[in-house]
Amino acid sequence: MTAKTQFPGTSGLTLEEPLMFEKSIKDRKGYSLPDDDLPELNNDSLLPAKYVRDEISGMPELSELDVVRHFTRLSTWNYSIDHGFYPLGSCTMKYNPKINEVTAGLCGFTHLHPLTPASAAQGALEIMYRLEKYLSEISGLSAVTLQPSAGAQGELTGMLMIKAFHQSRTDSNRNIVLIPDSAHGTNPASSVIAGLTTRTLASGPDGCLDIEALTPHLNGNLAALMMTNPNTLGIFEKKAVEITKLVHDCGGLVYMDGANLNALMGIVKPGDLGVDVLHINLHKTFATPHGGGGPGSGPVAVTKTLEPFLPAPSIKIDPKGFYYFDWHRPLSIGKVHNFWGNFGVMIKAYTYIRSLGAEGIRKVSEAAVLNANYMKERLKPYFHIAYDKLCKHECIFDDSFQHQHDVSTMDIAKRLMDYGFHPPTVYFPLIVKGALMIEPTESESKDTLDQFIDAMIAISEEAKTNPERVKDSPTLPKLKRLDETKAARQTVLKWIPKSTPNA
Amino acid sequence: MSYPSDYKYSKDHEYVNVVDDTFGIVGITDHAQEQLGDVVFVELPEVGKKLEKGDVFGVVESVKAVVDCYMPVTGEIVAVNEELESQAELVNSDPHSNGWMIKIKIEDLSELDQLMDKAAYENYLQEQ
Repeated sequence: MTAKTQFPGTSGLTLEEPLMFEKSIKDRKGYSLPDDDLPELNNDSLLPAKYVRDEISGMPELSELDVVRHFTRLSTWNYSIDHGFYPLGSCTMKYNPKINEVTAGLCGFTHLHPLTPASAAQGALEIMYRLEKYLSEISGLSAVTLQPSAGAQGELTGMLMIKAFHQSRTDSNRNIVLIPDSAHGTNPASSVIAGLTTRTLASGPDGCLDIEALTPHLNGNLAALMMTNPNTLGIFEKKAVEITKLVHDCGGLVYMDGANLNALMGIVKPGDLGVDVLHINLHKTFATPHGGGGPGSGPVAVTKTLEPFLPAPSIKIDPKGFYYFDWHRPLSIGKVHNFWGNFGVMIKAYTYIRSLGAEGIRKVSEAAVLNANYMKERLKPYFHIAYDKLCKHECIFDDSFQHQHDVSTMDIAKRLMDYGFHPPTVYFPLIVKGALMIEPTESESKDTLDQFIDAMIAISEEAKTNPERVKDSPTLPKLKRLDETKAARQTVLKWIPKSTPNA
Repeated sequence: MSYPSDYKYSKDHEYVNVVDDTFGIVGITDHAQEQLGDVVFVELPEVGKKLEKGDVFGVVESVKAVVDCYMPVTGEIVAVNEELESQAELVNSDPHSNGWMIKIKIEDLSELDQLMDKAAYENYLQEQ
């Protein structure tokens, strides 16, 4: 590392803040109103007595300033992409441009009731219609639903469509879903909830889908293969075309987990790989907020063959240019979300796509991949890489080099906080022992990447020369080294109501 | 920790300790618990359930990961280790004995022959 690297991690005055309930002072109020000059009505005349509570017990009693300080102080304990680098692998914590908030906050959108008739909501429908077309173009697939509210619900929607497709052909023996051992945990969960049975496919020695492992499953029971491309090792599935053909030839379908579309968009269309169903995380790839800042949105794109099974309604345009909801979808799996999905998120994603244009979308992928490879090459001498090859948008290290000093991935992650960085994803994917999964995204400058890399190099040195320092970290955050095992084994509920309100 | 010589071991790192000729005590091996790290929660099946070899019988959650546990042989669940509900750490501290998970009535004893003995399992771990 260069001696002059300045790290963002520092310690400052952090204000303690108790629970709201602990701050409560009896009869303190957050408002003052003039005396009521209207005659008082007896509660009994308004509601049957059994529905009237004597008192609301346990609610905190606070002033407006108490409440404002409470939440403002809590907000200073937070860490977000607007604070600093957030290299959480597989989560794509890219910067969310503020223009997206401006458009989504336009009062014509925010004041629009979801039950407004289509004739009075043409602008909103047009945005949804166009967003579907853009996602269709990016994915290389025919049709899109915007309803699912996140990636996992998109997966469930996709698996329900695959099941409905096989059933519509009275091919109902097809209930097996093949899932690589590197997959996101949501993949098997979504399949099982859709009523299908999962089988795990061991990855090949190169970390990719293994045709030898796949072959024995190619039979009349195969409903679908779920693949993630690039996979969770950040590696492009080079045999994708051959594999989708094998699955199709035996009557199965291919689902692609699109969580990692950030590495492909504008360069590879999943439809061209032979993918039948793809979910897209607007809250990852298309720069809408996620984590606590959500909600998410998980549109699903499908081939022409699967279009009839998409959730109802779909948005159509008539020859006169009028947008409307088409409810006549006899093969549809039905509705998967109240109203039309998370509309505000769609406006943000639409804005992101329009801001970038086709060229910009491609550049996003290129920069995301370049940043991850830069990170990989520079850190390679200091941290072991399980699968050392050209990566896509993320790279996976592990703690093999640090193991001899009894320093683990968890220690390295915690020490990064002292340097002022959010730790990367740890211990995932499961097939890499002690995985450290870094996804820099396209948002970050070379300066930021270098700063993070220097922190990682410094930690690798500390692991050798002063391992205790790493193992006792973090020392700067408000709460120091937390014992996550004890926290999980002995949960302490900090606030317990004094009396239970009437049920 | 040494591996008991009278146990049988699966490739998924479950062991079977055969008792009274027809019953099997099943848990995860020392290697498995070490890989998982501190275990914080164990989900076990209902007694009376019949499961095939390879079926998922339970879920182990550690601070690092959540993994399924697979039936090493076909059988009916006759008991589960209720201690694990409040003391999941037994899986870490004493995997081969007090950290057991389920007791099954083995349907076909010959299925045990497809599992590894101590020596074979130790070799298998070396290769991993």
